[in-house]
Amino acid sequence: MIGRTMAKGSIVAGCLAPHPPHLVYAENPPQNEPTSEGGWEQLRWGYERLRESLSKIDHDVLVILSPHWQTYVGTHFLGLPHFEGLSVDPIFPNLFRYSYDLNIDVELSKAIHDKAADAGLAVKMMENPDFRVDYGTITTGHMVNPAFDKPLVVISSNRSRHYYSVEVMQEMMMELGRVTRDAILESGKKAVVLASNSLSHRHFTTESDVPEDMSKEHITSHAMHLWDMRIIEYMRTGQAQRIIDEMPEFTEQAIAESDGGGLTWLLSTLTVPSYPAILHGYGTIIGTGNAIVEWPCYAHEEV
Amino acid sequence: MTNPILASYVVPVHPHPLLVPEQNEGWQRLRDAFDEARDHIKECGADLIIIYSTTWPSIIGHQIQADPNPTWTLVDQDFHDLGSMDYSFRIDAEFAEAWNQANHARGLQSRTVAYNGFPIDVGSVVALKLLNPDNAIPAVIVSSNVYANRAETTVLAKSCLDVLQSTGKKAVAVTAMSMSNRMFTEFIEASDDKIHSLKDDEWNRKVLEFLEEGRLEDVAQLSRTIHQQIRVQKVVTFKPMWWLSAMNDNRNDLTGRVLAYEALHGAGGAVVHLDPTSNGMGDKEYDEDDVEVYHGERNVLDAESVDESQASDSVNEHGPALWEPAEGKDAVNTDSAPKPVGLYPHARRVGDLLYLSGVGPRQPGTNAIPGGAIRDGDGNPLEYDIKAQTRAVVENIARILEEAGSSMEKVVDVTSFLVDMDRDFAGYNEVWAETLGHYGPTRTTLAIRALPTPIAVEMKVIAKI
Ligand SMILES: [Fe+2]
Repeated sequence: MIGRTMAKGSIVAGCLAPHPPHLVYAENPPQNEPTSEGGWEQLRWGYERLRESLSKIDHDVLVILSPHWQTYVGTHFLGLPHFEGLSVDPIFPNLFRYSYDLNIDVELSKAIHDKAADAGLAVKMMENPDFRVDYGTITTGHMVNPAFDKPLVVISSNRSRHYYSVEVMQEMMMELGRVTRDAILESGKKAVVLASNSLSHRHFTTESDVPEDMSKEHITSHAMHLWDMRIIEYMRTGQAQRIIDEMPEFTEQAIAESDGGGLTWLLSTLTVPSYPAILHGYGTIIGTGNAIVEWPCYAHEEV
Repeated sequence: MTNPILASYVVPVHPHPLLVPEQNEGWQRLRDAFDEARDHIKECGADLIIIYSTTWPSIIGHQIQADPNPTWTLVDQDFHDLGSMDYSFRIDAEFAEAWNQANHARGLQSRTVAYNGFPIDVGSVVALKLLNPDNAIPAVIVSSNVYANRAETTVLAKSCLDVLQSTGKKAVAVTAMSMSNRMFTEFIEASDDKIHSLKDDEWNRKVLEFLEEGRLEDVAQLSRTIHQQIRVQKVVTFKPMWWLSAMNDNRNDLTGRVLAYEALHGAGGAVVHLDPTSNGMGDKEYDEDDVEVYHGERNVLDAESVDESQASDSVNEHGPALWEPAEGKDAVNTDSAPKPVGLYPHARRVGDLLYLSGVGPRQPGTNAIPGGAIRDGDGNPLEYDIKAQTRAVVENIARILEEAGSSMEKVVDVTSFLVDMDRDFAGYNEVWAETLGHYGPTRTTLAIRALPTPIAVEMKVIAKI
């Protein structure tokens, strides 16, 4: 294109934005059917701070990788402009029955898809209009932007870790992160990238009668706590590479939900940042560890 | 007592035989096998189809579908391009509720789910649409708990049998599961489908050979080995055979037939029919515990709260001393019931009757009182949950009955003691209706001034053996 240069796109922020449906349940938004007496405030205040922070950064699109759209055959992308319906959490249906209505940036999805295919990854666009969007995407989408007034790119979680190893998963997710970044830069859009996963992921096997009874909420074990704090410390001190390096041990020992690839992919889209991330909140949900973290790229990268 | 299972089936979970059988000869053979199973099920006179599905994972115990008419459109997470699956099923919600209660009575964590739009899993949808297309037979679906071990999965089957016995229903038991579950991680042409590896294929054939010989319990006992050999670790543990075998009284002499065995995107898919007719072959080598009641870790929350905030719940701090249960001729004692507070056994046999000593809610081992103690060590009243206490009483009763070779449905007469009739009768009565009341024993409820430990309810039970 002679005589005109398209504005260069950018990743303006990267976030670890976990998706326990409990957080939506605790907020009693109109979209969710069950009602609660609150709960998990530490995390919800954390999301409030994240929303506040993102509201100050101009962005066009949210790119989410959710561990609850699990695909075993390749990585998939939502490929239609609009999805609406009712999402009922299969594990916590008592807490999450949410009417969603969201838009997809199909152009950007397809661009990431095409680049991933060129890089040799198995990829597929999901174009079945009856498809129900996974509750991880919806929860993270809601907690970050409850109005759903910005389009999303939704990427499935390829379960290669189950088939091979965390190492193979990381190789694939590093590659997917690179092509995600390239596609965003080429798109001319400003994107927030979100990995929708918790950290340590050992659940309680019982639920209290009042799920939001915070006197029952704590980490399942000291070992889980230590792992969560170690990973958070790396985030807060700009040592993302160490997270990548320790991912196999972390995933095994903390049964971490990062096994779905989201965290590795996120760090890769941010070119494994060496600047500190902002910890907006940490708390447990039925025993699992959850951190809300933002890498403020706009302040550290050439945009 | 005759086993109420008229037939058992193993069926695959992927949607290809339902949506696109014509695209691959093997998928069509699986579809034909489903159709044959469907015809047999229709003719066998079953009142119920019970599905244990490995594609419905659960975390908080087991979940049982209890929406009488769940209706939705399912799209597979991976194979969405094969099409959508509309479903509208007929669920026996009453049975689901009774099974749930029977689970509680046997110490399992479980709950029913009845929510509009609940995402019924692909394995259940494929199975029900193909095996029971016109909803001629009501169905029940149970999840596969990701943390459940053999004991828990076995007890899940036994509580299901409890309800079948008490309702007099006859059922078909179905496990929706892959054999080897390793799929191709790349997209393939339908015509290129085959079992992912020779090793997976060999193991599948070995397992199917066992099933064809009717050796269900042998396969159940090999479950952990099979999981190691041909399952992608951490995806879905190979545990459905524990359930199916327990549903069939852990038999090894069923009449088995493999109707089809084919690849589904690399995974092993088989339709197997197990008929209860004895094939006359030898018995099993049964070398694992035949678990009746689940005692494993199931209450992380309560166990923690005993240590911390509710130390006064433990009666041995302030209450009467605990005794070893009295031994003696015809005495029945078990470690899985709370220790007595005097010299008496948990129960005593007289002829074919069993007399239980008064049973309270204290937990075996920890002595904690579910629902909380009614007063602290200084005699000050505390808030407590009568329903949780009553439930714990019933669970303790179930354990003593099991130890004596009896069971909940054989309870003849119950005398209940409440320390606060006005406050507690309604809650106690509600749990009663969900548990013991379900089996129909006679009952007398008395208000009394106090019980020896800080509890609100105790029951005295007479049962047949
Ligand atoms: Fe999750």
